[in-house]
Formats: sequence, C-alpha cells, structure tokens
Amino acid sequence: AALKDALRSQVSAALKEGRVTPTELCQRCLALIKSTKFLNAYITVTEETALKQAEESEERYKRGQPLGILDGIPIAVKDNFNTAGIETTCASNMLKGYISPYNATVVQKLLDQGAVLLGKTNLDEFAMGSGSTDGVFGPVRNPWSYSKQYKEKSIPKSHSEDKEPDWVISGGSSGGSAAAVSSFTCFAALGSDTGGSTRNPAAHCGVVGLKPTYGLISRHGLIPLVNSMDVPGILTRCVDDAAVLLGSLAGHDPKDSTTIQDDFKPFELPNLTDVSKLSIGIPKEYHAPGLSSEILAFWSKAADLFKNAGAKVVEVSLPHTRYSIVCYHVLCTAEVASNMARFDGLEYGHRSDVKDSTESMYAATRREGFNDVVRGRILSGNYFLLKQNYEKYFVKAQKVRRLIASDFGKVFRSGVDILLTPTTLSDAAPYTEFIQEDNRTRSAQDDILTQAANMAGLPAINVPTALSERGLPVGLQFIGRSFQEKQLLTVAKWFEKQVQFPVIQLEEVKRHDSGVFQQQKSASFS
Amino acid sequence: QKVSVEVLDHLEHLALVDFRDSEGVERLQKAIQFADQLHEVNTDGVEPMDSVLEDRWCLYLREDDVTEGNCTKELLENARETVEEYFVAPPGNIPLLKLEEQNTYLQGS
Repeated sequence: AALKDALRSQVSAALKEGRVTPTELCQRCLALIKSTKFLNAYITVTEETALKQAEESEERYKRGQPLGILDGIPIAVKDNFNTAGIETTCASNMLKGYISPYNATVVQKLLDQGAVLLGKTNLDEFAMGSGSTDGVFGPVRNPWSYSKQYKEKSIPKSHSEDKEPDWVISGGSSGGSAAAVSSFTCFAALGSDTGGSTRNPAAHCGVVGLKPTYGLISRHGLIPLVNSMDVPGILTRCVDDAAVLLGSLAGHDPKDSTTIQDDFKPFELPNLTDVSKLSIGIPKEYHAPGLSSEILAFWSKAADLFKNAGAKVVEVSLPHTRYSIVCYHVLCTAEVASNMARFDGLEYGHRSDVKDSTESMYAATRREGFNDVVRGRILSGNYFLLKQNYEKYFVKAQKVRRLIASDFGKVFRSGVDILLTPTTLSDAAPYTEFIQEDNRTRSAQDDILTQAANMAGLPAINVPTALSERGLPVGLQFIGRSFQEKQLLTVAKWFEKQVQFPVIQLEEVKRHDSGVFQQQKSASFS
Repeated sequence: QKVSVEVLDHLEHLALVDFRDSEGVERLQKAIQFADQLHEVNTDGVEPMDSVLEDRWCLYLREDDVTEGNCTKELLENARETVEEYFVAPPGNIPLLKLEEQNTYLQGS
C-alpha cells in the first residue's frame, strides 16, 4: 500500500489482508514527518505512543479483530484539541507546557477505533488567523511550495543567493493539519472551523476540508474560540475518506450540550452517476471583490460541468453576504473576549512571576502569554460588549446574523440543493507577501467566502479542483443544508471524480513510498 | 470619532490585557470603523439570533448523577502554585493601578 492510498477502498483492505501492517504504516509516516520537518506542520510528534498504538492495532489485525476502518490508521490532530498526557499549546505561550488531563471527545472517538495518533499540528495562535503564520512555533509551509508542479512554474530568481524557493503559506488556521495530510504524513487530520479555518487551508494545500453542520460533532475538548460557530473540521485526501471520518465522529455527546440529540447513522457514499435531479445554486454575491480571474474561471467551468451533466444550475442571491464578514468580526471578538477570560495563570498554563495582587498577576500573565492578534481581539470584543455599545454592536450583529442565516434558508427552500462557490479569493500567497498586511486585515479578506457558512451553521466542504497558473491548488466550495452531509458529500464526490485533481509530486514522498505503488494518477479513488 | 483615553483605560481593566502601544490602539480604531458598517443594514423587527440550533433543540437537563470527578491530582498538576488541594493566588481585593498611577503607554498619551 502506498501513503497516497485512500482509506476506505485501499488502505483498509491492505491492512486486513496483511499486505501492510499498522507498524509499517506508522513508521513510514513518522519517517516522512522527519524528512518534511521544514514544513513545520507538527508542533508535537508523539512517536512512542504512536508506535505503541500501532503495535496494539497490529495485534488486533493478527487476531482478525480490527476495531473498524480506522484501526491502525495514522492521523494528526490540530493543537487546539485536548489530548490526554500530550502537550496542547494552541501555538501560544499561554499554554506552552500544558499537558491536557483529558482527551477531547473527537480524539477519544478516534482512539477508541484504533486510530494511531502521530502528533499535534501547528496553527495560528488560538486558531486566530487565515495563514497559520501567527503561532509561537513559526509559520507552516505549504507542501506545494516544494512540489514539482510549483517549482516548474516559478520564475527563477535572478539573484541566486536565495536558494530557497519563495515558499507559500498553507492557509489557516488549520494549516498544520492541511499540510500534514497534503504531504502524506497522515491519512486524515482534525482541524477546527470557525470562519473557514479548515476549508481555507484545505483549498491552499489541495486537500478535502469538511466543515460539518454545527451541532453534529462534539466540541468537548476543543479549546473554544467562538462557541456559537466553532466546529471540529475534517481534512482528508479524498471525499470518501471524509465520509469515513465523519461517520466515526458525528453524534450526540452528553458532554457537549450543543450537539443535537438525533441519532446519527454513518453512511457510505453512493457513486452518483445521474445529476439531473440536482439543483445547484450559484450565489452571485460570492463573486467578491478581489476574486482572482483564475478562480472565477474555474468556478464558471464547474458550473458548466454540472449543467452539461444535466443538473439544474441557477444563479441565486444571498443579499447580506457582504455584511457577513463584519458581523462575524463583531460576534467573534465578543465571544473571544469571553472565552479568553479563563486564561489567568491560576489553574493551568503560563503564570507570570508578578505577585503584588491577583489582578496584576492576571494582567501580566495575559500580557506575557498572548500575542498581539489575540490581545487585539480581546480588546475589540470587550469594546463591543461595553454597556454603551452592547445594543449597537453585539445585538445588532446578532440580528444581522439572523438575516444571513435566513438568506440561506430562503435559497434552500426555493429548491436549490447545494450551493457552489469559490473557497478562497486566490491561490496561496508567498509568505513574504502575506505578512505585509496584519492578521485582522488578512482574515477579513480571506474569510469572506467561507465564514457565512459558520454564521448559519451549515455544512460546507472544499474540494480540490485544479492547479493555478503558478502550479498551486485551487479548491471550490460546496455548501449544503443543515445536517444533510450525505447529500453534500455525494455531490462533492461526484465533482471530485470529474475534475481528477493531480497528485502532488514531492521528492520526499517518493523516497519514502518506494514499494507497492498503486496505479493511481489522481487523488480521486472509487 | 476616536476612542477616549478613559474608555481605553476602562477596556484594559476589563480585559486585563493592555494595548501596549499606538499600534494596539490603532488596531481597535480600525476594528470599530470596520464594525460600523453594520449600521447600514436595516434590522427593524429582526430578533437577535443566539444559536443556529434555536429551532431544533432546547437545552436539556440530565439526571443529577455523579458520572465523573475524582481527578484532583491531575487538575492540580497543571497549576504552577498550589498548596495541598488549593490553587494559590496573590492577595486579592487590590485594584489595578489607576491610570494616573501607571507607567504604561496610555498614561503617556
């Protein structure tokens, strides 16, 4: 089995038949992590425990009793999920050295099914950002920066003192997870999505990024950013794998009262061949200012693809789209101000040496522990929550949120099944260019296409579509109705099959994957 | 309109986070300017939305059974200063210095 293989259809079979063992898979992934260290995708690599888990999995396969499809599968988890006995930092000084005393529900579920946890991935500090550039462990590099496809298109630098390619960002805030999946160091990774943090890096790194419906997957153990919008995100290399992960993670959790109580039935995705009964909506407001002509063209082509296959493709309107980013800005900072209040140095995390008074210790701890981005959002949030501003900003934003959510409701009630939009405004920017603007500006620009889905709580998925002129991945986003993940993923899988997104060609992976190579040229398996 | 120094100071006390420098204050100003766009939207008769699940779900109460706990040791391990089973804090009831008494950026502005 190759590291490029799809979970359900190939790796799982290979493990069952003994063509590859969990320890082999684990060792290969760990070796690849080491040789792709320059990507900075991982904050913590849990080599010992991973190998132990792999050995236990191997025992189960030997007895013919694997726990399920995920048994023995190497996965990575974003470093804002609590993992028992393993450092959980949120890429912040505030939690450096913090060893979680418990597993987040989603982590526990994965471990209960025998998944092998390779490590914790890098992110923007406290998941605030759209580049994975603002964490204390440094930025994450997009693996495509080192791909044959990108290097071929790069203009060679005239001054050759700079031998490093101009590497591009991975997107964020779940950049580490996206980079890990994209560079084959794991088969799937957990991210989180509050404004697009799973879909954005998925688009830039050429992987599938699923944001499930709010309330479907437990947030217990996910260090919260915005309680009314956060969801755990799923990053995989193909849509089928995303469905597998979803199946293992979704469902009511008594420890998270915001999960719905309905029974969730895991599903296998049908191979859709007839799209004539489908109605695809193209929201015109998603032709946002700054959208690159390249992406506009891909979006157009995708719409035509559906039309030519017999689907009904209609232009629709989500009139409040342009206010969603403003609304998000207010609600997000307000909830952040509240959620970050727990970090005071007393019970966990960084604690300042200042000891004159409780308040001065708290203030010093927070000054030392948080970066500018976090502190900025806390202060903005507190401003919007001041008595004199509460109605004007916070409640106003909550009203606008209802308008945004009902925009979607109207469109779905009019007969549209799925919305098709771009995921990002352009392909990944070079790091040096990205950091020219501050985090808030960048987030406001980059989140524009993704965060309305968080406002309305809807499921959305990025599907890698094609390579840009610069040889970098471009993805398109599908947004579905609440709790209709099966329909959403079915359509996404059909689209994935049509576009045959190319596999990344990385030197490092070739070196580690010598062995049985599958004859697959594309990332879409069925 | 610029935010007054009194409000900035008040925010620092509420948030227990400081602006640190003119960039920090500028950041807030820009954030407010950005948020002001909300006022272009007509929200007459619109109810604020607390949760996207408002139609589907009401908070339920579970039985008052003890299902977990007994993890005092694990929880105390993460704290830097503890005494027996207590988290230790510096003396309370001492307010932060007033603006005039501070030696921070705001005081100089």
